[in-house]
Amino acid sequence: MDRREHIRLLLSGTLATGFVLTTGCNPEIKTDKESVVPASLNYGRTPDEILHDQKMDMETFFTDKERSMIEILVDIIIPQDESSGSATEAGVPDFIEFMMKDYSSFQLPMRGGLKWLESYSLKQFNQSFINLNSEQQLQIIDDIAWPDKHLPEMAYGVRFFNLLRNLTCTGFYTSEMGIKAIGYEGNTPNQWDGVPQEVLDLYGLSYDERTLEVCLNIQDQHKIAVWDEAGNII
Amino acid sequence: MSFQIKEQDKKYDVCIVGSGAGGGMAAKILSEAGLSVALLEAGGDYDPAEEEYRTQLRWPWESPRRGANTQRAFGDFDAAWGGWEIEGEPYTRKDGTRFDWFRSRMLGGRTNHWGRISLRFGPHDFKRKDVDGLGDNWPISYDDVKPYYDKVDKLIGVFGSKEGIYNEPDGFFLPPPKPRLHELFIKKAATSVKIPVIPSRLSILTRRINEERSFCFFCAQCNRGCQVYGDFSSSTCLVKPAMEKGKVDLYTFAMVREVITDENGMAKGVIYIDKTDLSEYKVSARAIVLAASACETARIMLNSKSKYHPNGISNSSGVIGHYLHDSTGTDRMGILPQLFDRPRYNEDGVGGLHVYTPWWLDNKKLDFPRGYHIEYWGGMGMPSYGFGFGMDTMRSYLKDEFGAPSPNGGYGKGLKDDIRRMYGARIGMSGRGESIPQYDNYCELDPNTVDKYGIPVLRFHYKWTDYERKQSKHMHDTFEEILTSLGAIIIGQKPGPETEYGLAAPGRIIHEVGTTRMGNDPKSSVLNSYAQAHECKNLFVVDGGSFVSQADKNPTWTILALSWRTSDYIIDQFKKQNI
Repeated sequence: MDRREHIRLLLSGTLATGFVLTTGCNPEIKTDKESVVPASLNYGRTPDEILHDQKMDMETFFTDKERSMIEILVDIIIPQDESSGSATEAGVPDFIEFMMKDYSSFQLPMRGGLKWLESYSLKQFNQSFINLNSEQQLQIIDDIAWPDKHLPEMAYGVRFFNLLRNLTCTGFYTSEMGIKAIGYEGNTPNQWDGVPQEVLDLYGLSYDERTLEVCLNIQDQHKIAVWDEAGNII
Repeated sequence: MSFQIKEQDKKYDVCIVGSGAGGGMAAKILSEAGLSVALLEAGGDYDPAEEEYRTQLRWPWESPRRGANTQRAFGDFDAAWGGWEIEGEPYTRKDGTRFDWFRSRMLGGRTNHWGRISLRFGPHDFKRKDVDGLGDNWPISYDDVKPYYDKVDKLIGVFGSKEGIYNEPDGFFLPPPKPRLHELFIKKAATSVKIPVIPSRLSILTRRINEERSFCFFCAQCNRGCQVYGDFSSSTCLVKPAMEKGKVDLYTFAMVREVITDENGMAKGVIYIDKTDLSEYKVSARAIVLAASACETARIMLNSKSKYHPNGISNSSGVIGHYLHDSTGTDRMGILPQLFDRPRYNEDGVGGLHVYTPWWLDNKKLDFPRGYHIEYWGGMGMPSYGFGFGMDTMRSYLKDEFGAPSPNGGYGKGLKDDIRRMYGARIGMSGRGESIPQYDNYCELDPNTVDKYGIPVLRFHYKWTDYERKQSKHMHDTFEEILTSLGAIIIGQKPGPETEYGLAAPGRIIHEVGTTRMGNDPKSSVLNSYAQAHECKNLFVVDGGSFVSQADKNPTWTILALSWRTSDYIIDQFKKQNI
């Protein structure tokens, strides 16, 4: 079977069981579950990679309670404001859930950190973090959100919150909403003809004569290049 | 499972092992000369123009890991299948030394994801012993290779500018793209401290060179493979056109174990294990061309033991595997405060740097031999996994209107604002230099370990010397000089002797060469000046294994030129009935 056929069958869901049985490399895949890979998991993947992503997709790392805490915390880090929506609106909790399984070294610090936070909440307010009002929640977060000024005993919480801040920011700014918010304008066919003049002016920069002379004239792109013997394009 | 070796019916003129730069070029040149070619590739078929393989123009959210490198070594959208570790295909290390080996198992090999930096070696680079007394000269000179560099430039396409620098020879260039904003800043700052910055030289089509390939549309994603073949990869520019002419049979998932020989020690074919059915197959050919990568080729030759070649094929000298060397490499980064709050526009450009610094100093005035070039990066790139990390230490680089720094860490609107303000202000530079090849840096067969196909694996022994350490120290002095001249906030500590001045581990720059080096003396080299094995005249090597010394350039353009040269020689030898 060639690779293309392999992927076609894999995507149609008819092969997953047989593949697991013959190779034995992914014994944990549950074959009773619908195993059609969503289109989102087929972005130029090899068969092994599709199986891996599929496996990640079928497992759940966070407990319901942990998931509720994550949803509150990521929206504290990236709230909705006039520049964009919030982290939960951008699907960040799903991304963090995936990364826990995809990079298992995250699991212990994340699970332990959430538990530490819960213990701290009980100590401070005698209540679960998710049941605190937002003012109380922020009071707790302010104890662990500022790495340069915190009480020594808060170091565990600071470490945890640094990890969560990293994952939340990266999850948000790699989402469709986040990319729009950051103002990235590329990833599309275009013609690069240098820095826009108004930007050059803003920074007091310009292209020198020699640069303009040797660099691409964007109108010539479609013309087939031919050289003379000295290597000059004619 | 059958235990019998199956023989492919067809007999070929040439069997080529490996479809990367060297193998792809040999397949094209040899087949176009009318020779029948079997091209063996240890991985799968690949064509970036086909939707099922496409990672180009994907958005980060199409990957559940947002492009993180948990599956592919250079991130989820990188074109290279394989990586530093491949399941079931281990390699080992000796005496506590380190060498990391990047392998890509797919049509086109590592040419699918490389940086497209395409630099010719210069006249000095072939005669380094004459310059500084270290290592050995190549048995050939720049003049021998120049006609092939010229042909490669025209066949494949490379942009650059004519600069007239003696050891950075000009070629047949396409026009380079204009520098990006941070590159203009870098050029101005570096030039002011007498460090030259010139247009980069990348094998990307800023203009069309033929009807088959289109031109670059500036997505900055060459490492993802190009749907319009606007950049060079062996699969798209060499193997595909070669196969269209009908003289090349491609065998994928063919893991070659050894070259087999007749009673006179002449090569008569190869044995490979088909990864899909785990059976052994034999391909017969009149000449064998190894292009499996410097280390994999050495492994095949060492595993090719016979009565005539008891020490591995063409290895009575014992040199195979020795003189393994990689480029030196180290990096530094900074933040340009003048780029905080910068206006937004699309500055993707081509895949990689638009400007670079070629080696510009005289080693006679320095305490280390050999040079390095500098690659620059930065700009408003597409966010991917890792974007937004590190705000627990980086926010304080931002100042408000009264000069008060932002607090590190935090959350909420203030954090969001600061991430937006910093976007596109980071820059970095990477030095890539020439090391001195050492006999004591080598790969050999591990006497105890086989891979999942039962093939003995490689064991590496590699140590940097003071030459490389001093060079890396100099790179960091230069980086700080440029960053200071830029007015940049320099991130991190300057590495010292405890980390070998920040030198990347051997293998990490993925320029490893030298394991089957060429030379005139069969006692100290494996191949002659045409990359023909000294002791087996119908066996050739067209990957980086033949290099006597790896310049402060990237090796690919030289691999391509030398493969073409060797292919012409093979055609000539067939005509003369010498093989």
